Amino acid sequence: MSQHVLSLLVEDRPGLLTRVAGLFARRGFNIESLAVGATEVEGLSRITVVVSVDGLPLEQVTKQLNKLINVIKVVELEPLSTVERDHMLVKVRTEPATRSQVLEAVELFRARVIDVAGDALIIEVTGETAKCQAFLKVLEPFGIKELVQSGVLAMSRGSKSITEKVQK
Amino acid sequence: MTNEVLTGAQAIVRSLELLGITDVFGLPGGAILPTYDPLMDSTKIRHILVRHEQGAGHAAEGYASASGKIGVCIATSGPGATNLVTAIADAHMDSVPLLAITGQVNSTAIGTDAFQEADIVGITMPITKHSYLVTKAEDIPGVLAAAYQIATTGRPGPVLVDIAKDAQNAKAEFVWPPKVDLPGYKPVTKPHGKQVQAAVQLIKESKRPVLYVGGGIIRSGAHQELLELSKLTGAPAVTTLMARGAFPDSNPQNLGMPGMHGTVPAVTALQKSDLLITLGARFDDRVTGQVKTFAVNAKIIHIDIDPAEIGKIKPAEVPIVGDLKEVLVELNAELSNELKGKQPDISEWWTFLNDLRTRYPLGYSDPEDGKLSPQYVISRIGELSGPEAVFAAGVGQHQMWSAQFIKYERPNSWLNSGGAGTMGYAVPAAMGAKVAQPERLVWAIDGDGCFQMTNQELATCAIINNSSLGMVRQWQTLFYNQRYSNTDLHTGTDTMMVPDFVKLAEAYGALGIRVEKAEDVDAAIKQAMEVNDRPVVIDFIVGRDAMVWPMVPAGVSNDEVQFARDARPVWDEGDQE
Repeated sequence: MSQHVLSLLVEDRPGLLTRVAGLFARRGFNIESLAVGATEVEGLSRITVVVSVDGLPLEQVTKQLNKLINVIKVVELEPLSTVERDHMLVKVRTEPATRSQVLEAVELFRARVIDVAGDALIIEVTGETAKCQAFLKVLEPFGIKELVQSGVLAMSRGSKSITEKVQK
Repeated sequence: MTNEVLTGAQAIVRSLELLGITDVFGLPGGAILPTYDPLMDSTKIRHILVRHEQGAGHAAEGYASASGKIGVCIATSGPGATNLVTAIADAHMDSVPLLAITGQVNSTAIGTDAFQEADIVGITMPITKHSYLVTKAEDIPGVLAAAYQIATTGRPGPVLVDIAKDAQNAKAEFVWPPKVDLPGYKPVTKPHGKQVQAAVQLIKESKRPVLYVGGGIIRSGAHQELLELSKLTGAPAVTTLMARGAFPDSNPQNLGMPGMHGTVPAVTALQKSDLLITLGARFDDRVTGQVKTFAVNAKIIHIDIDPAEIGKIKPAEVPIVGDLKEVLVELNAELSNELKGKQPDISEWWTFLNDLRTRYPLGYSDPEDGKLSPQYVISRIGELSGPEAVFAAGVGQHQMWSAQFIKYERPNSWLNSGGAGTMGYAVPAAMGAKVAQPERLVWAIDGDGCFQMTNQELATCAIINNSSLGMVRQWQTLFYNQRYSNTDLHTGTDTMMVPDFVKLAEAYGALGIRVEKAEDVDAAIKQAMEVNDRPVVIDFIVGRDAMVWPMVPAGVSNDEVQFARDARPVWDEGDQE
């Protein structure tokens, strides 16, 4: 089993997410992360799905996704020609003695503190999944009180755009 | 010029009329009532009132399968809509163009658990090609036109349109033709030229080709092109359960049905082939048996309009996405160029297959209890009715016997629930077929179990009454030590006969006939064929221990095909490996 990043260009219609998510469930695939949002074209949304499957079933999922009427395009993004970013917010416990160590980690990972309380900080970090995971590992000993993640966002390198063909 | 202003309900009826719909099947109820009012005034649309919404769904399927046109069914919200679910699932599995229109509670009440509210769009999402929830009157023409286009093009399938009651009551300008914009829906119909060339090469090199004919030939209307392909190649053809009639049974190249209850020559041809020319078939588990031992030496040309079918079960050497009719026109042209009227030499293959045909013909023995043989009854129905009739079957033993022992000569003459295996399909589907083609003789060949699921929609009907759920009983006989758990239905003449099908038929105003002896079979069939003003039910009391042979038990290799109980065919392995 290997990880794959699928990028879906879809019509922004009610129930679309249910159709996509339902398809994964029905065919027995686990979604590892999912990110949905509007694109530069009105009425079109972009879904980025990370899924762990073998090659052949992945092809089947891609084909089935393509059959959904509101799905315009499905692209598997190849790691070498793709930029990927995860975005997470972490609420971490701090004590007077540990606060400076936490801030040092924030500095090292080029993260940002976005909220400060007496005994906790909210930290925002962006980067590839591996970097975010490494950052979490560093924070773990201090006590992670809360964690929220965006899911992977991914885009092909270069000047081409997924919406180009559609707009014509 | 300004457009006419119509209520949503009127817009529904007008849109259907403009789409060329002439018959709809349905049952009214609260949330669809506004639509039933203008429907009453329509001179172009005939509404057939069913007695259960499942019947409307299957009737629309039978209508579509017999005529090739779209089938339309209408139901109200909540239970009306959920009663359609089985038929929608059935249409999805068998690629039947079906438009299901359901009423929904007022848009302001959606999500409040209102009376007779069900999220039918959500419920049917996995079993529809697409679905719509309409909450505005002005959206109705566009949605219905889109639904029609989606259901009937590409790989056909069911589309559900759920329309809120307030959208049916509201008024809006009626714009026709509406703009249908489906940027994500572009079915590929024209084949890739290079792939067609590659297919020609494989066909030329093959020594043991088989035309593996699926239901796609019928949906695409490509039976003439298939006949041409068979002439060019001289290859044997097998016709799956969904493809019975796609290639004439009288054609000497037809080996019959493959699969779990396929003929020995058809099963073996696939198994020993070196090239499967797959035409709108999908390698269903009932055809392949155990996949890893299925046709291990065969290369595969897979032609289908649905790209997702290609490579789903077996990888294809030559995948061709396209409409079968268009693909076969191109393939035939290329083949005839390349072969120059000379069929490839596959005489050794034919010698092998013809020997199997002689040694393992389809047959049956009479039941030991002295009762009627179901296979005999079904053969006689087929022979006396001829190939212009339409035959609809339920699901089970009688379905397999009807697929085996009736000779089909034309597409759309055999209607059954192949993928979903829906018991209760036959009676409403036959009724739908009769509506579509009133000039044809239509038979529902049903089992005593199936008949009791949907007999409220009575049509001309032959019940193969073995007083049990026969196919399940056959499995219990073979695989569960003759422990007959809950398969006895007590409908035979030596049982308590609940119900008595003859009396039931009479209660419905149909003619009821009971037949228990072989010598009475023909007379009953002829009598039924002469009655044209009402349905006829013939209750054939048959032996309950009759089994469907040949058989490949579920999940085992097709190499294990049994000609009869504990009897495997023998072939000379050395010749063909």
